[in-house]
Amino acid sequence: MSDQLLVSTRKGLFSARRTGRGVWDLDSVAFLGDNVSLAMADPRDGAWYAALDHGHFGAKLHRSRDRGATWTEIGVPAYPTPPEGHVEKDFLGREIPWRLIRFWALTPGLASQPGLLWAGTIPGGLFWSEDHGDTWQLVEPLWHMPERRKWAGGGAEAPGLHSICVDPRDGNRVAVAISSGGVWITEDRGRTWTAHTKGMRADYAPPELVEAPESQDPHHMVQCPGAPDAYWIQHHNGIFRSTDGAMTWTEITGVKPSVFGFPVVVHPKDPDTAWFVPALKDERRIPAEGRVVVNRTRDGGRTFETLHRGLPQAWAYDLVYRHALDLDASGERLAFGSTTGSVWISENGGDDWLTLAEHLPPVHAVLFV
Amino acid sequence: MPRVSFTRNLQRHVACPPCTVDGWTVRECLDAAFDLYPLARGYVLDEHGVLRQHMAIFVDGEPVGDRRTLGDVVSEQAEIFVMQALSGG
Repeated sequence: MSDQLLVSTRKGLFSARRTGRGVWDLDSVAFLGDNVSLAMADPRDGAWYAALDHGHFGAKLHRSRDRGATWTEIGVPAYPTPPEGHVEKDFLGREIPWRLIRFWALTPGLASQPGLLWAGTIPGGLFWSEDHGDTWQLVEPLWHMPERRKWAGGGAEAPGLHSICVDPRDGNRVAVAISSGGVWITEDRGRTWTAHTKGMRADYAPPELVEAPESQDPHHMVQCPGAPDAYWIQHHNGIFRSTDGAMTWTEITGVKPSVFGFPVVVHPKDPDTAWFVPALKDERRIPAEGRVVVNRTRDGGRTFETLHRGLPQAWAYDLVYRHALDLDASGERLAFGSTTGSVWISENGGDDWLTLAEHLPPVHAVLFV
Repeated sequence: MPRVSFTRNLQRHVACPPCTVDGWTVRECLDAAFDLYPLARGYVLDEHGVLRQHMAIFVDGEPVGDRRTLGDVVSEQAEIFVMQALSGG
């Protein structure tokens, strides 16, 4: 079980440690004052990565080989120079820049692929590194795919590639999810890509585009490590599940208090068990009735338990973003953080929650290490 | 020789004290400064060598006219200052 949690926030990367049963304390912070988009821990070599978004100064990436004691700035992905005079616009007419705006996903390759990292970014480019992040290459077939021009920014200013699932059986099979641009899978490590959105629907799109791959807005996608044909997606339109390797998706309906939300995590061994943090959809984006809750299914989405013990149940308006819910490798410990700086941890699969913090900067991501 | 100074806000991330450089244009002077401080380049310019949207460069107190190619000619005693494009309160 993990006894340490990294919390990526608008103003630094915070660390919390378990100091006793049910007792966690914040113990350090790195990059204090800087905007940390997310962190990643590579299980193959123990390296940690922190993605920063400096605003004026651009997006940066740092690596630590001593569990956060020291950090070294390393390379960042570079978008290619667009053809002379080329101005690209999404289908709503907004310009899509060919430059790195933000890291939105960092995922290690398999144990058989040492040094291989994948990075998802805004405005939608996927990159890989074969040298632990020192240098990066754009996955050009995905970027130059005509359908990519139909992707659009959702909540962000440009499309964002936020989920990367490397198939544990075959590291050349990689599924990515984009807000807003659907789910795309390569079987040949990036050379060719096909849409995998059959069964999804986007009620918010014009009627003729409701089922179009590019209309789909998966907010977050996860793959069960122990049963890799099982995927879960928290979609703008609701919750979708696949049990056939993302070939088809089934919509899960009737989830209370809301089927909307951003994050999802799946149990490492049991593909039927997944957790969500529901919120009221679209313009509101707040917890229903001011109550912070977590939804858990243990039967593949047929039923859900709404978990709330230890969470604020009145006057709470914490929104939880797509990378701000995590589950440790044991499947027992959960943590999530909110836009209003609260972080909660559970040591029993979500039945009970303890409050780690209430006054941190806005939380972008949490990660057990 | 022209002198290049970087905003102190950048010093928090990359050590790049003022330096004197050889160069006839803003671009040449910056390139020379980035030879001294390679890490600073990505903080000031994007991957296409274009000045980041929210950065600004002043030469002898005047904002550069050519933000894209940074081709403004500078004098031998030019003071080039690289800063964040701050606005409002």
